[in-house]
This record gives sequence, structure tokens and C-alpha cells, in this order.
Amino acid sequence: MERKIRVLIGKPGLDGHDRGAKVIARALRDAGMEVIYTGLRQTPEQIVNTALQEDVDAIGLSILSGAHMHLFPEVVKLAREKGLDDVIIFGGGIIPKQDVPKLKEAGVAEIFLPGTPTEDVVKFLKKNVKRK
Amino acid sequence: MAHKSKDLKEWEETTLKGFIEKRPERKEKFTTISGAEIKRLYTPEDIEGFNYSEKLGYPGEYPFTRGVYATMYRGRLWTMRQFSGFGTAEETNERYKFLLENGQTGLSVAFHLPTIMGVDSDSPLAAGEVGKCGVAIDTLEDMEILFDGIDLEKITTSMTINAPAAILLAMYVAVAEKQGADLKKISGTIQNDILKEYIAQKTWIFPPKPSMKLIVDTFEWCSENLPRWNSISISGYHIREAGATAVQELAFTLRDGMEYVEWAIERGLDVDKFAPRLSFFFNSHNDFFEEIAKFRAARRIWANVMKNRYKAKNPNSWKLRFHTQTSGFSLTAQQPYNNIVRVAIQALAAVLGGTQSLHTNSMDETLALPSEFAVQIALRTQQIIAHETGVANTIDPLAGSYFVESLTNKMEKEAMEYIEKIDKMGGMVAAIEAGFPQREIQDAAYEYQKAVESGEKIVVGVNEFVVDEDQPVEILYIDNTVEERQIKRLKAVREKRDKNRWEKSLKELKMAAQRDLNLMPFILDAVKSYATIGEIVNTLKEVYGEYEEPIFI
Repeated sequence: MERKIRVLIGKPGLDGHDRGAKVIARALRDAGMEVIYTGLRQTPEQIVNTALQEDVDAIGLSILSGAHMHLFPEVVKLAREKGLDDVIIFGGGIIPKQDVPKLKEAGVAEIFLPGTPTEDVVKFLKKNVKRK
Repeated sequence: MAHKSKDLKEWEETTLKGFIEKRPERKEKFTTISGAEIKRLYTPEDIEGFNYSEKLGYPGEYPFTRGVYATMYRGRLWTMRQFSGFGTAEETNERYKFLLENGQTGLSVAFHLPTIMGVDSDSPLAAGEVGKCGVAIDTLEDMEILFDGIDLEKITTSMTINAPAAILLAMYVAVAEKQGADLKKISGTIQNDILKEYIAQKTWIFPPKPSMKLIVDTFEWCSENLPRWNSISISGYHIREAGATAVQELAFTLRDGMEYVEWAIERGLDVDKFAPRLSFFFNSHNDFFEEIAKFRAARRIWANVMKNRYKAKNPNSWKLRFHTQTSGFSLTAQQPYNNIVRVAIQALAAVLGGTQSLHTNSMDETLALPSEFAVQIALRTQQIIAHETGVANTIDPLAGSYFVESLTNKMEKEAMEYIEKIDKMGGMVAAIEAGFPQREIQDAAYEYQKAVESGEKIVVGVNEFVVDEDQPVEILYIDNTVEERQIKRLKAVREKRDKNRWEKSLKELKMAAQRDLNLMPFILDAVKSYATIGEIVNTLKEVYGEYEEPIFI
């Protein structure tokens, strides 16, 4: 049997807005993926450690506080340092369009802005996750 | 069962039937944004047996369905209060002066997340967050700068702060004292509503019981020292934004309010001494009539429970006064100029629902913090409603509408069913510990998302009427030097304060917490000794511990 795609949904930073994170988590689960949700206010270290332990294929980050330019690249950097080279890191939240190219340059694979159908995230993961 | 008169039946079987056969309706079922079914037509039969004085009464009188004041907006318009704060205290002070010069009538402080979480700006947890979604306040010195040149006796200030509300209130009082203001005259609101944090917004610090204790401390202290201060703003806003339906927003918010009342009565406070200073905060979403009915039902339910369940005797204890904010969630990142229209309609619903104050969202809020240009349009939207549309000329103009009255009754009934359910669970703290409201909201949020993705609910510019080209919007960027400047000031305050006094104030605060005394005087002393918010919160954590959320998806 083919291994299910495993995704970690993480909430870095101090904000507690978890509506988006939880809707995405549920939609990915309904699409047949295995989803782990970190809970709120996780440091980049905690998120990367959970990703390692849970052997995930992708990490989805949600942030609405404006701290994305600091926290997203930090998660990418730590993940690569720990050898999570194939893990897809994507994100969403209140993120100005102008910041998207800079985040991609820092290694974030995709940024989903408000209004994105959950189906787009499902398709993105199915297309991009490298099967182990 | 409502009895159908011959006329209505006849109309259905003749005129209507014939018409529908030729031209079927657009949909089989028409629902509100909350998924509640709405009928084709409302007639006197939908409010059969309607008793005017029991259900509506007159403005300023029980059960206040028509409004809490006898003249409503003919006497005084609602307070136009735009929520704002970013960067350091200097930058926000400048924005406040801009808003006041533009005709805004009250201030509303947005704090940055480290302050909201009781963390100092130089903590590793604050990295990247300083000044981002609100103003950075670490010590009394920041608060002095924030209100520099603003006379606290002359304005009212609302502070969106919850877990550490007592600390920020103490800082405000200390600034007012320094200005030489009479505390009996200063007026404003602290949000101070921890229950909706556990339920929806999720910026908590301590576990529920010590948090409730701190809140009752502020009720007690304010009723003696700050008689014009609203010691809490019981908030449905965040509950709705997290995905609740309109009925859930109504029910959970009012049951939260009842929980605070019960804890304060348990402490031995006289209900009529603190209840007149309880205030509320609701969301105004897109579904126009559902929102208006929600506001009217809220007043009626609150009046009823305060009078009959909690035996309050002072009519001011029965009045549900509320602030409204238009729905941030309803705004779209696509074609952002359309948001101006959404906000205008939502603001109109709040006014027709009898709000006491209003924040209108800026069109660019799905992208970043609002620019000055966008904030000005949002404020002008309120001014146009107030001065050009004529809706403020008469009180509760939709009363007597078969539809609005029937919807008001229905929402009241459904909210009461939720309230009874939570009563049976042992109250709101118990319900939260069981994850009940959190799950209800999470399910509703997911249902709504599915309805949008299936096209059952249309969101203009998102799943219909989509365009490819971007509408460029100018965005407010928070200057990168904010973090550095704020940390520099914080370190300087730590250096120059009186070490002995500072140490003593924190020691006494800890002892007071251990002995379960009212903490307000001790917190006031600590802020005056320039203890930082992080130091005060950490002192209390040593006694109270921290909350851990039950996680489920």
C-alpha cells in the first residue's frame, strides 16, 4: 500500500488565530493525508523537531501576526540544517504579496494567500511531495 | 403550529404556485451566512401573539430590545472608535493625534503580541513580533509616551488587552495620575475577557481559575476607584471571526457574561455595583438582517437574565451596551476595494442594531496593517452613515418588521438552548475545559469553508466574478528599526529605575497572589516602580502556572 502523505501544520509566533491552520488541517486529512497539528506558539526549533520525529513530507506554517519574514525563513534554515532536505515547507496567513518572492527566495516552496481554496493546497502537495 | 389564514393559503395556491411553475426560484433553499434557513415571505402569522410591551418595550426601558437609551442617536451618535496601534509608542501617539484631528471621538489601543502575551520585547519569544500588529508597551514609560499630549480626562480609551489586562489598566491609571486627572472622571474600557481567549482568540497566559480571579479583582477595584470605567468588554467578535455562526456568537458571548457575573457574585460583590460597568463587543458580518436581529436579541436576553436570573435591581445592570467591529474575516484579499462596500453594509447593520460604538475595518486589512488612507475611508464610512443617510433620525427603525421580529425571536430561542446546554455542563469554564464551544466553532468554520468551495456560498471576487489583474494597494510596512529602538528603551528603563523599590513591589505582588488578596493595588505599585510587563507576568506565573490547551483538529 502506498504511504500516505504526512503533513505537519505548525503555528509559529505568538498569535492565536488558528482558524486557517485548523481548516487546512482538516481539509488535508479529508483528502487522505496524515496530519499532525503542533498547537499554538511553537518556536521554529520545536516545529522542526516535531517534523523530524514525525517523519513528515511537508510542513505548513500559518501566521497572522506579521512576523512571517522572520519566522518562515528561520524554520527553513533549521529544517535544512537538520537534514530535512526534501521536506516541502509552505505557508499562509496575512502576508503582503510583496513579501512572497522574498519568502520563496528563502526556500519557502509556496505561500497561499487568503481566499485560497483548500483544494489548491491538496493539489500542490500531491504534485510536489517526493515519495520516500 | 402557526395557523395559516385563508388569505395566505390562497395566495400560495394561486398566485405563487402559478408564478413558480413558470419561473422557478433561483435556489431550493435560501440560507443566511450562518446557514440558517430563511423563508420566502414573513407575514403577521410569523409573530402571532406578539406582545409589544413584553417583547420590545420602549427605548431605555426593559427589555431594551429597541435600544438602551431613550433617545438613541438623536441624543448622541455612537462613538466612532478606530482600533489602532503599531510600532513604538511614538508612532502610535502620532496616529492617535491624526485620528482625533479627523473627528474620531475615542481611542482604541492595539497592543503588539508580546504585550498581549505578557512577554518583554527583548525576550527570544518576541523576535520578529515587536511593533508588528500593535504598539509595543513594556513599561509605564512606553505608556507615558503613548498618551503624551492627550488629555485622559477628555477622551475615552478602549484597550484590547486580556490576559494581562489588569497590568495595562494599572499603567493607564498611573499615567492619568501623573497628568493630574481625577480618576472619577476617566473613562474607557479594558477588554479583560479571558473566556473568549480560551474559546477563540487563544492569547491566554494563566489557567482559567486564576484568570477569573484577576478579572473579578478588576471589577471590585474599578467599582470603588474608577466608577466610569468599563471593567470588561465581553466579546463575541473573536468567537465569530474564528468561525462561529451568528447564534453561536450570541450564545457563547452572553454565557461568558453570565459566567463573570456568577464568579463576581460568588466573591460577594453586589451585582448592582459591578453589572452597570459590564460592556459587550460584537461582530457585524455580511448577513444584514441576521446581524440586526442578533443585536436586538442580545439586549433582550441580557436584560432578562440580569433581572430574573441574577436578581439585579438597578435598571443599568440590565442594559447591554456594546461596541461593534465589522468583520475582518469577511474581507477579501482579491479586489480589495470591494471591501469598502462590505464594511459600509456591515456598519449600517451595527447602527440599525443600536450599537454604542463602532470600528469600521479598513479595506487593506487582509493584506497588512491599514494605511492612513484606508483608515480615513473607513472612518468616513461611519460619518456618511451618521450624517447623510438619515438612519440616525429615528430609533430602531426595523422594529415591527415581520421578518426582523421573527428572526429576533428565533435567534433568542436558539441562543437560550445553547445557554441551557452550557448550564447543564456546569457553566462556561467547565464547557471550555471539555472543549465544547471550541469544537462547535471549529465545525462551523469548516462547514462554511466547504460551502464556499462548493460554490453554494458566493464570495465576490473569490469564487465568482474573479479577475486576473491585481488592484495595487499601498501597504503600511513596519519599520525594521522598531525592534531595536524598543529594546534600547526597555534596557534603559531597567537601568535607571529604583532597584530597591522595584524588587520590593514584585515581592509584595507575589505574596499578595499567594494570599489571594485583590491584586490591583499591588500591580499598580509594580508598574509605578517601572517593573516590565514580562516581570509582572512571570511573578504571577510562579504562583498561578500556565494554561495548556487541549489540542484537536
